[in-house]
Amino acid sequence: MRNYLNIIVAYSIMMLLIILVGIFQSWSIALTIFNYCMISAVMTLGANIQWGYAGLINFGIMGYTALGGLAVVLVSVAPVPEAWSVGGVNMMTCLGIIIIMIFSTRYILKNIQKSKKRNYFIAGIIIVGLILIKIIAGPAIEQIEAVDPAKTGFLGGLGLPVLFSWIVGGLFAAGLAFIVGKVALGLRADYLAIATLLIAEIVVSIIKHEDWLARGVKNVIGLKRPAPYEIDLQTSPWFINLVEKFHSAKLDLANSLSERQDILNQLVIDASSVYVKLCFAGMFLVVVIILLIITQKALYSPWGRMMRAIRDNEEAASAMGKNVVKQHLFIFILGSAIVGIAGAMMVTNDGLFTPGSYRPMRYTFVIWVMVIVGGTGNNFGAILGGFVVWFLWVEAAPIALFFINLFTAHLPETNEIKVHLINSAPYFRFLLVGIGLLLIMRFRPQGIIPEKIIKQ
Amino acid sequence: MDLINAVIVLLNYTIIPALTYGSQLALGAIFVTLIYGILRFANFATGDMMSFGTMFAVLLTYYFQSIGISFGFLPTALLTIPFAIFMMILYMLLIDQTVFKYYRIKKSPPVQLAMVSVGVMFVTQAVIRIIIGPTDRRFLDGEKFILKATEFKEMTGLAEGLTIKSTQMITIVVTIIVVAIMFWFLNKTKTGTSMRAYSDNEDLALLSGIDPKKVVLITWIIAGILATIGGILYGLDKSYRPFVYFNNMLPIFAAAIVGGIGNPYGAFFGGYVIAFAEIFLTYAYKRFLVYILPESLEPNSLMQLLSTDYKFAISFSILVIVLIFRPSGIFEGKRI
Repeated sequence: MRNYLNIIVAYSIMMLLIILVGIFQSWSIALTIFNYCMISAVMTLGANIQWGYAGLINFGIMGYTALGGLAVVLVSVAPVPEAWSVGGVNMMTCLGIIIIMIFSTRYILKNIQKSKKRNYFIAGIIIVGLILIKIIAGPAIEQIEAVDPAKTGFLGGLGLPVLFSWIVGGLFAAGLAFIVGKVALGLRADYLAIATLLIAEIVVSIIKHEDWLARGVKNVIGLKRPAPYEIDLQTSPWFINLVEKFHSAKLDLANSLSERQDILNQLVIDASSVYVKLCFAGMFLVVVIILLIITQKALYSPWGRMMRAIRDNEEAASAMGKNVVKQHLFIFILGSAIVGIAGAMMVTNDGLFTPGSYRPMRYTFVIWVMVIVGGTGNNFGAILGGFVVWFLWVEAAPIALFFINLFTAHLPETNEIKVHLINSAPYFRFLLVGIGLLLIMRFRPQGIIPEKIIKQ
Repeated sequence: MDLINAVIVLLNYTIIPALTYGSQLALGAIFVTLIYGILRFANFATGDMMSFGTMFAVLLTYYFQSIGISFGFLPTALLTIPFAIFMMILYMLLIDQTVFKYYRIKKSPPVQLAMVSVGVMFVTQAVIRIIIGPTDRRFLDGEKFILKATEFKEMTGLAEGLTIKSTQMITIVVTIIVVAIMFWFLNKTKTGTSMRAYSDNEDLALLSGIDPKKVVLITWIIAGILATIGGILYGLDKSYRPFVYFNNMLPIFAAAIVGGIGNPYGAFFGGYVIAFAEIFLTYAYKRFLVYILPESLEPNSLMQLLSTDYKFAISFSILVIVLIFRPSGIFEGKRI
């Protein structure tokens, strides 16, 4: 029990903070923050598996998040039949060409000895393939994008239930991680960071500019939801009755029937948004708990001990007969898949896919701050890091505003410095997170909840 | 005649812009490489440090304009360079003393220093946005063009015009001067030699009596000069916006690694490699081909290899290819 005391204290403080937001701002905001904290926690778990367990630095979190989001669109959106009929065949042919390219390259790599001839063969395959794709896909893309461009203009998805896309998001991310891992894992740590960041940028720029795939920067809105819609809740009698029962004391205070109805309507609208967010919170909580159990089990299994051995001394582990390269690749894929799931969860929560919003600041560096602040190598720490940093990130502006008003209270309202500071309140979040990271790195480099090694 | 027209088209739309952009990248890449070679970490605050220096240039330009100081036909911003560099170096030394020094003395692994630089990046970004705000700012004044398309056409009688913006000329000239001075400093002076020795082998350098404090100080000063000038030149040529500067960090890193990180010559060259690749692969060659091909072969499409949306993606792809096939860069850099 004593071992877990600091964890319990840290989590209680965090929950208290969120409850305080609920009391002082509104429950809807508190739940939104809570949901995003949960999503961040899943991303941090993924990054922590790579960095904390294996010491692999992955700055490409942005790319995996975006791929997870893309999975939601490709799985849950209804297919666009017109687009498929004008360009479907061509796009499928291109997919076939890509697969043939990959397999023929593999074949050559396996069956022809390393020589100049082999390089020419591979270069030839790639160039011919790219030209074919350009010729076949070019007109098809134009036609697809011309199908009702204001609403669709893309191939659409499969029309499957949206929850299914969380798994697909993980698989997409795992696929990308396999390629990235094959290419970049041999590099030294800081090069790996740069390489993964740049590959993620390439992935995001493809998602952004290939409009036939997911509408690019035109965004996909109105995605399916695994939770009920507010508008349905507001008209369903059982929900209204529930709200009535819940707030009966407040409603009894009303003077007239019409006033009572007005209050009730307002309460129903508020309650419906809270109810939807609670549904999401429940689902996210299930995901977080499942992942937490699995990762904890893995960490204290023989496999987890092996990973730590590899992290702490690669040469020794490899001398003991552990396949370092294979294990690195495996853990890289595993961590990225979890990040992919988080990306899909986030898009499901928002109900819209906005490729333009995937920026390294928000989706790579902030997540990394979470990992470092929370505690590397400790899953409870990682989740806490997600909560703390996301909470600071969101609440930094109100906190900054409060302090600005406090310190400039003696200045008149029109004072230039005061107005300027108040206008720049949103940017204090960078300052807060940056200083937080620097302080933690300096004075508590192992994070809030440090890694614990259970001796057996 | 057609051939000359074709050459002019290429010059106007690809070679001159690529030289300009390449110079801006090269300055940034040398900055990255110096920090990497001597202080031994990948500085993720690169873009924001460049932005920080440029911010002072922008503010001072506005101030100079308001009190009526100008630099004739040259942009006022050039006058502000010394002041901006001074502020930049002060800031860098402050950061070094408060943040990086601790880890350097502790001999922390490079990853930890890179992580710390992420923290510095956040703080710098916040300071910039609080002081100047995130909006787009133009601070170019003076003559805009050295050569206008219409003038060129009248002068030569060609069908195609050649435009040279003053910022393009300034960028290229200033870069050549700065880089020449820097290489002279690194190769010919005693301090420069000691810096290179420190970069090659720290322990040996310390044994032969090189003062590490002095080396670090000089490195930050040179880095400040390069970052500020690079940032100002980019801002004059395009415009000043903190977010764009942050993003520029990525092609700059690509340039530094492609050239061979830790090697200033490589970084200089890498900047141009990245710039030329980006512009040559995204340029629509139709106009060029119309001049050099016989009429029967004239292309219908734009003859563009990749859409300009993928400009950044190209530089990153080059980096990935270089990392796979020649991880130490085109010019041998440090071992990876």
